[in-house]
Amino acid sequence: MEVTIIAETTGDALHPVTAQLVGAACSMGGAPTVICPGGIGTSEASTISGVVKVISAEGDCFGTFDSGAWADALSPLCEGVVMTSSSAHGREVLAQIAAIRDIPIVQDATGLESGIKVTRPIYSGKAIETSVVSPPCAISIRQNAFESPGSDGSSDISTVNNSSDIGVAVKEALAKASERLDVGEADIIISGGRGMGDPSNFSHLYEIADIVGAAVGASRAAVDTWDEIPHDMQVGQTGKTVNPSLYIAVGISGAIQHLAGMRSSKYIVAINKDADAPIFGVADYGIVSTWEEALPSLKEEFGKL
Amino acid sequence: MTIAVLLKQVPDTTAKITVSGGRVDESAVGKWSMSPYDEYALEYALQLKESGGGDLVAITCGPARASKMLTDAAAVGADSLVHVVSDDSGIDSSNTQSLLASAVQRIGAEVVLCGKQAADTNAGSTGPGVASILGFTCVGMVSEVSAEGGGFVAMRTSPSGNEKVSVSKPCLFTFDKAATEMRRPNVRGIMMAKKKAVETLTPADLGVTIDSPRVTLESHSAPAEKPPGQKFEGAESVPTVVSKLRDEANVI
Repeated sequence: MEVTIIAETTGDALHPVTAQLVGAACSMGGAPTVICPGGIGTSEASTISGVVKVISAEGDCFGTFDSGAWADALSPLCEGVVMTSSSAHGREVLAQIAAIRDIPIVQDATGLESGIKVTRPIYSGKAIETSVVSPPCAISIRQNAFESPGSDGSSDISTVNNSSDIGVAVKEALAKASERLDVGEADIIISGGRGMGDPSNFSHLYEIADIVGAAVGASRAAVDTWDEIPHDMQVGQTGKTVNPSLYIAVGISGAIQHLAGMRSSKYIVAINKDADAPIFGVADYGIVSTWEEALPSLKEEFGKL
Repeated sequence: MTIAVLLKQVPDTTAKITVSGGRVDESAVGKWSMSPYDEYALEYALQLKESGGGDLVAITCGPARASKMLTDAAAVGADSLVHVVSDDSGIDSSNTQSLLASAVQRIGAEVVLCGKQAADTNAGSTGPGVASILGFTCVGMVSEVSAEGGGFVAMRTSPSGNEKVSVSKPCLFTFDKAATEMRRPNVRGIMMAKKKAVETLTPADLGVTIDSPRVTLESHSAPAEKPPGQKFEGAESVPTVVSKLRDEANVI
């Protein structure tokens, strides 16, 4: 079964989800070709085990993100099952490639079986959908849901120059307010809710995050209440859906929308002074305590690791 | 200028989702609402109309119950309401895109706004797919948009932060959480909306043939239940929990 993977890049390198895409393709019996938009990460892609060939897709249009132009330039190179990451960019490009090629599309798969049987969370994880789709089709996968293969490959790299007209002009790029790790990328997340009392108290969360290399997240209540807490920190149904190895919820009661965004985390620790808070219902380890008492101790214990 | 906003009615985000007989039980949904990201799209569509004039048409594709949501859109200022009646269970994403694209074409809109994804299916295919079918430029993950010199300026999320981009008509914007929440209707708006006609269209009216879905739904299921966790009293338990994270869970 032919599979075409559109590589996900970050800066001038491949994003780890690219190797996971190869793993997902191989797990359902696919033989993947990896296309690198803008020629980014081609040599790295050629070393991913299981990759049949790598195409360096070069063209002026890849200098700016315009999903329509990218889809126009990439679509002629696609065969069989077209796959991307279910990142914002991945979904947008894939939806347009599917429309151009008139093939069915399933986004954000967390499980794939040959057939092709696709499993994906719906209602932000409040339910799971299983559906069946046949090649040719388009499937995006969720980051960290599939294993990466090894890196002992050595596939050929060919270059294709295929640009398309750009309709989007970037007038100004505004850097993130902080260089901190993004909650969507982190393996450990420590999140604060309105129970933190004041946005300045998030400094305690940042101190702990720095010790263990975690990202700091927030509940919707915290983001909506305090201007200092930006929306890109929000975990939950109208924020980011995350699945880190460890999620620490501090002063978060556990509204259904928040639980939907973080319940698939591998381990969940909840710190809340209210023993009846719904967050304890999903926590592997619950600590009934105020954050004022628990966080200094948590910082000390993490410091000893 | 005609502005189109694509809206979807979904179970309210506070609603509990139950599964019975391998399907999400829609009859158990207590409250249906406009999908949250679509609310942002509607707010900015209203702002575009207010700043540059034009007709704002709210379009939905969905079963009969979705009509109420269009009335909600009229209550905050949508001028015309178009309901493409379809049975959600019998169509896939490609079908929905074709129907909405035809509806946009029918009203002659040159700018389309919608949410980045619906709160039920969480897919995010509709907006970009509609843009592709229509040949409109697609700008995703937008948090603000305004008219400027015959075109538009939008703020969008990028992997490294935010980008201010400019784009010409015809174009489509998909909204992430935006800078401004959707306005609330006033009493006059609510009263006027009740009298507003909803134009109901079938796929045949739009000249779209609905083939059998190419994505076949096999089943819905409830998410795997987690085994009950361990609960500890007081901050003095923190060292115990940290050692469990290290030795039991192996995550730190």
